[in-house]
Amino acid sequence: MEQRLQELKQEALEKIQHAADLKELNDVRVAYLGKKGPITEVLKGMGKLSAEERPKMGALANEVRDTITNAIEEKQEGLEKEAVEKQLAEESIDVTLPGRPVPAGHAHPLTTVIEEIEDLFISMGYTVEEGPEVEKDYYNFEALNLPKGHPARDMQDSFYITEDVLLRTHTSPVQARTMERHAGKGPVKIICPGKVYRRDNDDATHSHQFMQIEGLVVDENIRMSDLKGTLNVFAKKMFGEDREIRLRPSFFPFTEPSVEMDISCKICGGKGCSVCKGTGWIEILGAGMVHPNVLKMAGFDPEKYTGFAFGMGPERIAMLKYGIDDIRHFYTNDDRFLKQFARKEIR
Amino acid sequence: MFVSYKWLEEYIDLTDVTPEELAEKITRSGIEVEGVEVPAEGIKNVVIGHVVSCEKHPEADKLNICQVDVGEEENVQIICGAPNVAEGQKVAVAKVGAVLPGNFKIKKAKLRGEASHGMICSLQELGVEAKLVEKKYAEGIFNFPQNAEVGADALEALMLDDAILELGLTPNRADAMSMIGVAYETGAILDRPVKLPELGYETAAERAEDAIKVTVEAVEENPIYLAKVVKGVKVGESPQWMKNRLVAAGIRPHNNVVDITNYILIEYGQPLHAFDLDQIGTGEIVVRLAKQNEKIKTLDEAERTLNENHLVITNGEVPMAIAGVMGGYDSEVTDKTVNVVIESAYFAPSTVRQTSKELGLRSEASSRFEKGVDPKRASLAAERAAQLLSLYADGEVLSGTSASENMVIKEKEISISLEKINRVTGTELSEQDVLEIFRRLQIEASVNSGLITVSAPTRRGDLEIEEDLIEEVARLYGYDNIPMTLPVHETNPGGLSPRQQKRRLIRQTMEGAGLVQAVTYSLTNQQKVTEFALAAKTPVELMMPMSEERSQLRQSIIPQLLESVAYNSARQKDSSAFYETGSVFLADGSELPNEDEHLAGALTGLWQQHPWQGEKKPVDFYVAKGMLDALWEKLGISDEIRYEASNMDHMHPGRTAAVLYKEKQVGVVGQVHPVKAKELDLKETYVFEIKLEDIYGDETAPLKYNAIPRYPSISRDIALVTDRSVDAGTLESIIKDAGGKLLKNVQLFDLYQGDKMEEGKKSLAFSLTYMDPERTLTDEEVVKAHDQVLEAVKEKTGAALRS
Ligand SMILES: [Zn+2]
Repeated sequence: MEQRLQELKQEALEKIQHAADLKELNDVRVAYLGKKGPITEVLKGMGKLSAEERPKMGALANEVRDTITNAIEEKQEGLEKEAVEKQLAEESIDVTLPGRPVPAGHAHPLTTVIEEIEDLFISMGYTVEEGPEVEKDYYNFEALNLPKGHPARDMQDSFYITEDVLLRTHTSPVQARTMERHAGKGPVKIICPGKVYRRDNDDATHSHQFMQIEGLVVDENIRMSDLKGTLNVFAKKMFGEDREIRLRPSFFPFTEPSVEMDISCKICGGKGCSVCKGTGWIEILGAGMVHPNVLKMAGFDPEKYTGFAFGMGPERIAMLKYGIDDIRHFYTNDDRFLKQFARKEIR
Repeated sequence: MFVSYKWLEEYIDLTDVTPEELAEKITRSGIEVEGVEVPAEGIKNVVIGHVVSCEKHPEADKLNICQVDVGEEENVQIICGAPNVAEGQKVAVAKVGAVLPGNFKIKKAKLRGEASHGMICSLQELGVEAKLVEKKYAEGIFNFPQNAEVGADALEALMLDDAILELGLTPNRADAMSMIGVAYETGAILDRPVKLPELGYETAAERAEDAIKVTVEAVEENPIYLAKVVKGVKVGESPQWMKNRLVAAGIRPHNNVVDITNYILIEYGQPLHAFDLDQIGTGEIVVRLAKQNEKIKTLDEAERTLNENHLVITNGEVPMAIAGVMGGYDSEVTDKTVNVVIESAYFAPSTVRQTSKELGLRSEASSRFEKGVDPKRASLAAERAAQLLSLYADGEVLSGTSASENMVIKEKEISISLEKINRVTGTELSEQDVLEIFRRLQIEASVNSGLITVSAPTRRGDLEIEEDLIEEVARLYGYDNIPMTLPVHETNPGGLSPRQQKRRLIRQTMEGAGLVQAVTYSLTNQQKVTEFALAAKTPVELMMPMSEERSQLRQSIIPQLLESVAYNSARQKDSSAFYETGSVFLADGSELPNEDEHLAGALTGLWQQHPWQGEKKPVDFYVAKGMLDALWEKLGISDEIRYEASNMDHMHPGRTAAVLYKEKQVGVVGQVHPVKAKELDLKETYVFEIKLEDIYGDETAPLKYNAIPRYPSISRDIALVTDRSVDAGTLESIIKDAGGKLLKNVQLFDLYQGDKMEEGKKSLAFSLTYMDPERTLTDEEVVKAHDQVLEAVKEKTGAALRS
């Protein structure tokens, strides 16, 4: 009997080893460990054994059964693993094939520039004001110290709709309207972005429609040094911490004194190059202290209130920042232009 | 304004200040110098030569063989093709080894067998602009005066070794439209004195008043009119130095009389006009307003028609000049002129401005008068003219001036406190600092009980109010020296208004949906202006457009977006997806048109694609609609939005929907009509446009958390067969109404209208979700609700359950 058990064990272990798949393995299990299997059969003959031999034989039978069971389990694990590996091998793909494109839109570069400027000034306590693009001559010119017949009106040839209505030539009328709404009470602290229009032929540097952003601060004790400090913050945030600013005297009818702001040329570091026309400086914006006539027109007492204003062109800023050579690109919507601004520039 | 460095040196010591340094200083303290140009740059080895002999070239008709003395031991032989070359002339000779503009090197040459050792130059060949070359020398070589020194540097003799500063003058700085004005500015910057020209000349016994009578009938338009009379002038060439200075200033030399008036124009900024006394004929000058339709032939030989706003100088009968703008052809000084009347006047800026604008005629004179000249200069300039005419035209100046003077010339006094200067600029200047600045400007200033009082000189018409003084102080103190501070005041927090926040949300949503933001022009043409407009109005038109293409304000953004799509598809970009937000302009009878902010989109080509997996999803109606739906979700107004089949010009009649917000139409979405698309060179293209005003106007609903349901929901599907004419939206709202409060969601999941359907029918399958947040639903309740739905659908649309 003992021999028979040892033979069965040998036999079973051999079959387990040769089982090609889980089904064959299961057949082995059923064949050897099943209720009608040979081991059970052998054990049925236990009754013929002596009392001493019985437990010995019982232990042997259990041992054979355990050995086979363990071997089957081990083999099963191996086969399962193999099966999984086989499946995985079949499922493998070329990971370098292109991914599925996600349709991704993006903002126009002028929007990006404008929102960057808006957010910078919002962080300094400014609100954003807007106004009509078709404007009264009064707000566009007269309220800004540009009465009819003023020579400076020639500086900005305008698109008139009637004698008294025109396409605004700057966003300054928003300043005039906002100050008027404040009815002589400060503080006013706003920036005004928007489209403006001038009677220009479209070419690489001129556009009959373009964007402007102006800022205005009116309160008691607003100084020219505050203007300079504010513009310095703007220039450094917008163009880089290493940039210097300088102010030059200029003329705008709605400010006195008036200034133009230059920033140091990044390309040549101030030594002079073609971008800065050899001066080391690049003109960025116009600004000044609000003209007392403008304050008066809007109901502010110029003896009590002072203010500063500044204005800039987002196209010019984008052109400088990104090295764009033709202003018309902003309005053609050529995909080859726009898609270059799909990504974000985070500094 | 072109400022000659060498000419400027006549009025101010420029030792130790190079032209470039001067330019930088002027720019930093007030007037932008746009460029510094040295005319002789890149030119060398050009000398004055004497044409000793000049013979025809035996082999060439148009060439001459010249022997030229260039101040060297031997004469050089030069072949010259200029028609005006002649023996005895003093000419500019580019010697062998010379370099002319454009890096043109002069070498020994042989011309038809004859050696040529250099070149006799025209002024153009020396880099002088053709429009500045006096007519006499325009077609040939230039002749120096006979006393020119042979062998001397020709560039120096022509003052081409000068440096020209180009000033970009702002309208307030009319004072710098003259050499003397620039000298004052330079003097203030460098703190050096200004030397003014010394005047003086001999006069004849005859009185100017007897030779010409001056009457001004329009005193307001012409407060000062002075006439000097110079008899016996010899009209000829001006001295070389004067020609040189005029060319440097950008003025073509003409003859000595005209040149002298132009020279003084630049020197003093005072325009003068010279009349031929004998051509005036009547012995009088009458200044008056023109008559309606009065005509005059101006110097440029054009006939001008005048009106009653224009001021004219007449001889008592006919106009001889348009005051301050341009002289008349008939009374012009010519080579035959012997007796000259010099006009020096002050014309009202607004009159000159209006005249010049209405006639479309601008001149050096008008550009100065319209900004306001220094009234004191009228008499100075008249004296200067008399002096120069006696010196350089051999004229005899009659004594006195025939004049009409009706203006009190007064210096304006302006007072300001030191405290205000410091308060506005943020500086800490002392009284002494401020007085010092005015001293440098040669402006009288005094201190009286704490107030600084300044007498604004008449040459500085721009100084009117306290702030003008602040600017003078600040700019000469130096903007660099002003500290940098930030406003110290109580402020409100900054931020965006709800409308501005919504605009950014729309931008982000549209971009998230895959659209690229476009910016197009607001101005369009007559045809496009009302195309695709949600409610077309009378177009808002420009009075004076630059072109028909940009003459009216858009009422829809779609036409321009379609233009952008077409632009790109013409450049091999078959798929485009644009959106834009911006104003459209709708006249409503009030002074300003309504400016409605719109959102528009245009899509064509493939919407999604993954080529190697074979996925190609073209844009269709539902892609465009889905983008809008995403927006309604973001804005939290999906429940208020409804679409309705609609029709509109230029849109596909079966693929267009009106978008309704709170049952009011706010927009449109659909396919561009194939006929229109073809006309625009577009393939199948879908567009939408939404009026944002109503949406902007409403606050978004408060965001509030709803408890996550604790009880399961039950889903039931329902497949309905209906007539094709019944639309899905109608079915859905019937289901929603009938389902009661247990029905939480209705989702269309299948549409079939293929061969297996009965003719004219379609099948729509919906998945309905029932739920009660308070308890678990029983089957009975769901069956009951579901039966109600079925009943309602059958009753209202005749739909049947699909078997
Ligand atoms: Zn540079």
